[in-house]
Amino acid sequence: MQVLAAMSGGVDSSVAAALLAAEGHEVVGVTMKLWGGPSDTGCCSVADVIDARRVADALGLDHHVFNFGEDFSARVVEPYVADHAAGRTPNPCVECNRHIKFERLLRRAEALGFDAVATGHHARVVLRPDGTRRLARGADAAKDQSYVLYMLGQDALAKVLLPVGHMTKDRVRALAAELGLRTAAKPDSTDVCFIQRGERGSFLAERIVPTPARVLDTSGRCLGEVPSVQIVTLGQRKGLGVGGQQRPMYAVDVDVAAGVVTVGDRADLLSDHQDVREVTWAAEPPQGPVLVQASAHGAPRPATLDGARVCWQAPQQRVAPGQSVVFYDGDEVLGGGIAA
Amino acid sequence: MHPEAFEAMGEYYEGCYANPTGAHRMAREARRATDDARDILAEALGARPGEIVFCGSGTEADNLAVFGAAAGSGAVVCSAVEHPAVLRPTERLDGRIVGVDGDGMADLEALAAALDGDVRLVSVMLANNETGVAWSLEEVAEVMARHAPQALLHTDAVQAFPWLDVAARAGRADLISVSAHKFGGPKGVGALVVRGGVGLQAQIVGGGQEAERRSGTPNVAGIVGMAAAAAITVARRAETTERVGRLRDRLADGLRTAIDGVVESGVRPASGTGVPVDRSAKVAGSCHLCFEGVESEALLFLAERGGVYASAASSCASGAENPSHVLAAMGYPRSLARGSLRLSLGAASTDADVHTALNVIPQAVTQLRRAVA
Repeated sequence: MQVLAAMSGGVDSSVAAALLAAEGHEVVGVTMKLWGGPSDTGCCSVADVIDARRVADALGLDHHVFNFGEDFSARVVEPYVADHAAGRTPNPCVECNRHIKFERLLRRAEALGFDAVATGHHARVVLRPDGTRRLARGADAAKDQSYVLYMLGQDALAKVLLPVGHMTKDRVRALAAELGLRTAAKPDSTDVCFIQRGERGSFLAERIVPTPARVLDTSGRCLGEVPSVQIVTLGQRKGLGVGGQQRPMYAVDVDVAAGVVTVGDRADLLSDHQDVREVTWAAEPPQGPVLVQASAHGAPRPATLDGARVCWQAPQQRVAPGQSVVFYDGDEVLGGGIAA
Repeated sequence: MHPEAFEAMGEYYEGCYANPTGAHRMAREARRATDDARDILAEALGARPGEIVFCGSGTEADNLAVFGAAAGSGAVVCSAVEHPAVLRPTERLDGRIVGVDGDGMADLEALAAALDGDVRLVSVMLANNETGVAWSLEEVAEVMARHAPQALLHTDAVQAFPWLDVAARAGRADLISVSAHKFGGPKGVGALVVRGGVGLQAQIVGGGQEAERRSGTPNVAGIVGMAAAAAITVARRAETTERVGRLRDRLADGLRTAIDGVVESGVRPASGTGVPVDRSAKVAGSCHLCFEGVESEALLFLAERGGVYASAASSCASGAENPSHVLAAMGYPRSLARGSLRLSLGAASTDADVHTALNVIPQAVTQLRRAVA
């Protein structure tokens, strides 16, 4: 097969490309330039592109750079900012997978005549007896990325290769070291790639006007103030200026328009249901009970689905609007959506 | 690279490997070689030998011109279609950037409006690296004479030198940048003409080489190669321009015939008969087209697979293609500019090259448009 291997400059995608080349596929490496100028130090920095290119060189692969910066801005960064402005808690990695990696890049690969696109995600594509495909959790539970890939439909699943999904991260690193790849010991990426660590507040402050909010308890008593309501997340405990209370206090309601953050007990966060919007399915919507995961490494909880409403078997903490809510059948992703 | 230029360089790596600023015999030999090269390049650029400052690249020459000339005081003015080697220095100095018209030609009224008694330097390209459109420095100099007579004129002639008689066309310029690798010389050598009497502050200081204008041990072999390539370029320029111009016309006409939805930049409808378009404003080696409904990056990928090595606008440090600031300045909509393709021809281009491109590019455009549809 002719495979376009997305190479971020990290160890997973390095090994993914190496495995496919070793299997005899005709592999071309590509790094997507998504954000930042030549001097950025965050995601897709020049240093990362160089790592990807040098790994491709070491593997004897052609390597290209595709500039999807305009799309990334329009489809990932601007919605991220708009979500925060509206008081939601977005997951930009999900939108990047949805619009950039598995849409923009996939379409580009098809147009150029490639049979498949490979990435270094820790997830697997499994074939069901009925001929449809499902995304399944990666073999390394701690590194599983199926949650951020829930939007992959049949069309994408048929064209996506995830060669490291059946390996543990330790094995990936060991293999990279055996192959002498310069990315073998490169630290895992963390946080939002286009924002430097700890800089979320200033990143947003450059793009939206932060508005202060009063912090009230559930009886309406004012306990303090936060400088920016836009970065308060439902369920948040720290940074609300309400330490020193007798028991831990959580943000149980965030009202951007009114400039009010309500804090309460953990119990005030619980609900027997969770509404979800923009739901997509891997194939057909499921019948009967499902497992629902509402954060990147959260535990899946049993529930049933009533249209776009998740009905929990036992009450669960409400999910911050904007976060992904993903439906599983065992290890297989059925679909997912965004917490309303 | 011109084989003669390559050959001329060998002696200064293998035999006379001396530093020309030294005092011994071999150093004097190297010194003579760089002085001979200076004479040759000066002749090619219509300058005096003492006006040539050798440096490390066209970009360095541009930086030296802008930062060096503006070092005292006063504003810098440049056009919006300048190479980044001029644009970035101008921006760093909070300079004024002047728009162009839809054909990429100078907007002389806008230039006049940007000029006043504070302006120290005006920098405009002789020929544009993306569109190949060449400007008349006479016109620019006339506007300057009326609105900023005190200002210096710099021209980036890097792209123009292979095709245009720079000595004749840049006679009004106080500063002229050229780069060896654009005319069959080695990479890593450039030169700036600094006319006598023009004050220039060195940007690289140290041992005081190049008459205190650019320190650093001279790249003797590179300078010798540059001069050899310049001499050949000038000697063959008329013939090369004529021959390559015909190849370019065949290429551009062929692509326009084979593909719908093509816009060719910097051309005008022909007034004569039998000529589809008038490309007289462009240098002979430039074929610059925009394809509707196609993305340059994808087109370059397929072109490469077909054996055609082209470019789009300019590449950034990562190797990604950047949107063209030149087409944006010319008012091209983003949807069209994103499908730009630069097919550059040179003295070594052949009929067979054009034939290959005429096969590969239409197929690639068709494939990409089918994928979008």
